[in-house]
Amino acid sequence: MAKSEQGRRDFMGMALGGFTALGGIGALYAMKRSWDPLPSVKAAGFTTVDLSGAQPNVLNVEKWRGKPIFVLKKSADMKKDPRDVVVGSDHYHVSIGLCTHLGCIPAYVPDDHKFKCACHGGEFDASGHEIFGPPPSPLEIPPFKIDGTKLVLGEAGPEYKKMLDAGLTA
Amino acid sequence: MKELKIFGIVAIFTLVLYWGVEPFAHSQMHKHVEGHDFVYNGAADIEEAEAAKKEDKVKVKKAFWADVEKISKLKGDVAAGEATFAMCAGCHMEGAVNMGGVVPPPLDHAGSLYEKNYLIALIKDPAMASNVDHKYKDTMTHPMGSIKTMVSEPQDIANVVAYLKAKKAGELTTKEAFTEACARCHAMRYAKTTQLGDTPKFKYKKDELAYKIKVIDEQDLVKAYMGKLPPDLSIIIRARSEHFLETFVENPQSGLPGTSMPRVGLSHEGYEKVKTYLEEIGDPSKPAREELGPKVLLFFIIFTGLAFLWKKSRWKGHH
Amino acid sequence: MAHFEKAKNLNEWLDQRLAVNTLKKVMQTEYWIPKNINFLWAMGMVLAATFGILLVSGIFLLMYYKPDTNLAFDSVNYTIMSEVGYGWLWRHVHGVGASLVFLIIYIHMFTGIYYGSYKKGRELIWLSGMGLFVAFSAEAFSGYMLPWGQMSYWAGMVITNLFSGGSLEAYGLVEWIRGDYVPADAFLTRFFMLHVLLIPVAIIGLIVLHFGTLRIPHVNNQDGEEFDFAEAAELYKAGKVKESKVIPFSPVFLSKDVLVMGVYFILFFYLVFYHFEFAMDPVNFDPADGLKTPAHIYPEWYFLWSYEILRPFSKDLGLIAFAIAQVIFFMLPFLDRSPNVAPASRRGLFKYWFWLMLLDMITLTFMGKLPPTDALFANIGLVAAILFFVLWIALPIITKLEKKL
Repeated sequence: MAKSEQGRRDFMGMALGGFTALGGIGALYAMKRSWDPLPSVKAAGFTTVDLSGAQPNVLNVEKWRGKPIFVLKKSADMKKDPRDVVVGSDHYHVSIGLCTHLGCIPAYVPDDHKFKCACHGGEFDASGHEIFGPPPSPLEIPPFKIDGTKLVLGEAGPEYKKMLDAGLTA
Repeated sequence: MKELKIFGIVAIFTLVLYWGVEPFAHSQMHKHVEGHDFVYNGAADIEEAEAAKKEDKVKVKKAFWADVEKISKLKGDVAAGEATFAMCAGCHMEGAVNMGGVVPPPLDHAGSLYEKNYLIALIKDPAMASNVDHKYKDTMTHPMGSIKTMVSEPQDIANVVAYLKAKKAGELTTKEAFTEACARCHAMRYAKTTQLGDTPKFKYKKDELAYKIKVIDEQDLVKAYMGKLPPDLSIIIRARSEHFLETFVENPQSGLPGTSMPRVGLSHEGYEKVKTYLEEIGDPSKPAREELGPKVLLFFIIFTGLAFLWKKSRWKGHH
Repeated sequence: MAHFEKAKNLNEWLDQRLAVNTLKKVMQTEYWIPKNINFLWAMGMVLAATFGILLVSGIFLLMYYKPDTNLAFDSVNYTIMSEVGYGWLWRHVHGVGASLVFLIIYIHMFTGIYYGSYKKGRELIWLSGMGLFVAFSAEAFSGYMLPWGQMSYWAGMVITNLFSGGSLEAYGLVEWIRGDYVPADAFLTRFFMLHVLLIPVAIIGLIVLHFGTLRIPHVNNQDGEEFDFAEAAELYKAGKVKESKVIPFSPVFLSKDVLVMGVYFILFFYLVFYHFEFAMDPVNFDPADGLKTPAHIYPEWYFLWSYEILRPFSKDLGLIAFAIAQVIFFMLPFLDRSPNVAPASRRGLFKYWFWLMLLDMITLTFMGKLPPTDALFANIGLVAAILFFVLWIALPIITKLEKKL
């Protein structure tokens, strides 16, 4: 805004400009809210996985909220871990199948009982602990609930809450 | 001031233009329909028959509604009515199936939803009461027509209606009002309901598709009964005027002569509840709009005031 | 490479590279506006502001709108209206804005006609302005298709049918325009492309042209007086602001512009929140149904005068009349044979021509909305349509006879 001819400050113009800016902030807020995820998207999606047909040492990849979920039934010779999901006498490793380094999906190598990430060489053991390379933390465990022989992803059951409290997952 | 005169001329022409294009044009396109304020005494039905010069129909209707009036003066016995109601519950029950084109609607709140005189008329002759008798040579063939012979004694009718008014007249939510009065024929996709009720969530696509087929089958039955599938009412509140909806629901023949939509006999309060539900689903932003409106207007009033002062400051000495 | 000294401040740095100070003088502080004007001179800025509002609200609608005949209606009436944060606000703003922009366009146009702001150096302003009218009309029509309601479908059907050319029976052309036998998915997506990309770009280009053609002639004034802008500018710069016949665009004229915009926005947002059915017709809240024509089909109010010129005549005559009506306004600077740049009130017979044209177009607008079955309204419409052409034929005659002021 130009100063008036006499060089006096344009106070009224500044007041108007300031007030208009307030309105602009209001409009920007409305625009931000339009960008927010829709309620139907945020609504908790849940996926049910039937574990009864799972084979030991065979990785099963499910989908939950757009993410891959690793469900690995542990064979007898595989180490047990406090992070395991225990259903009856079976131990499962359940995690979000995204490398904690930069988000690629690691591949499972059954002979090595290891997850190997092709992007930067990171490796996780069969319980999801980071054992080699750049990953800074173990594979994350999604909220889950055990329902008989079914695993319900997206619902935080008592076993999951215990893991959270023990700091076994983020 | 010259500028005020110019503004006045522009404003007048704009208002005249608005008047011609909106209120005037709409009055020419849609002739005004008088409502009867949800009073069911056959006045509208008799008027229609008289206008159509159907003398025999006029006689029949006058007699019918006179009888209804007589029954309304009887004192109904609630206990006796409950016993008679068992005959109704045979069809109007939880889990009822499609009968003659539609699943019989629930009567859980019939006492509070529907008008007393209408209920009397409905039991006496459903087709006559709901003003769709033009569809039937013999109103016994109406899906509910057999009630004419099952509950025909004036005192019995009075008893059942008294029972409904006493025991089936609890408070109901707006959604319940819509479900009981309208949802057997009208789906509402924005509320995720169909003629079969709330659409459940399915984990497997196959189950989702199987349910869709069930819905289509039910809709085909309703379509066969009505002649065409009753429209989805998700956004009807914005597709028709308030006056149209009110007079139409009260007497569908007034808005769409010859339609097969029955008058459902809503009381004033019942209609208000249904209308509120239509607004909840079809105009859900109304509360937000009414909340934000005054604030935005106030902002611009202040803006204009400041703009006026700025204008004055910049124009000082110029005039 | 031109020689660059080290700049003392940001303003000087920008000025060295972009000549911002010169730009500021040319476009704002030394762009001279006559003092002898009224609030109608602010309509241009009001239009620019409204276009901006349509653009911004359109951006947020565009994020969620689905250009698919199966999804379009619910993407607007469910997703945008109830799921998207403030989606209802953008929809209402966009709908009301699209209607109001035409009110202001007509006021702006008729102001120009009244004061003779289309001749003697200002012909290109008028022509680029008419180009904007056509572009906005195309933008409005294409936009109206998008919600895919009953009115969208049937307006699309009726208007594309016009291209069959009456007795020419060019049905192949009609199908080519639609991309299908009837308005269907292909029709919707191409009008989506037009509405969202092609026409807005054309509008922006035309706006730049419109400003460009305005800069040298300068805006007109209430008396159509021709005066020396340079002389008046010198007077102003010397401090004699009262005596000078001009004011600088910024900040003096701009301050009045903003005041007019404030009043406009109060009306605008009153309509957005409280009174919007005129801009969001109930008929379009029924989903499109190719097997059922609504009892009443009509265009949006700003197209009604033009629609009414089509209706009273026989098929071919109506189409010819309609085609002429679309372009006749372009011819105004060349059909007006008088050299007088003055308000209509001082131009003899032209005064009557102006008010008759205005009343005629309002009458045509009224009749265009009404069903063609009523004999009285049909006849009024016929008379008004004939009068429209009589007025245009009369224009060169009465202006040729006009006394030079």
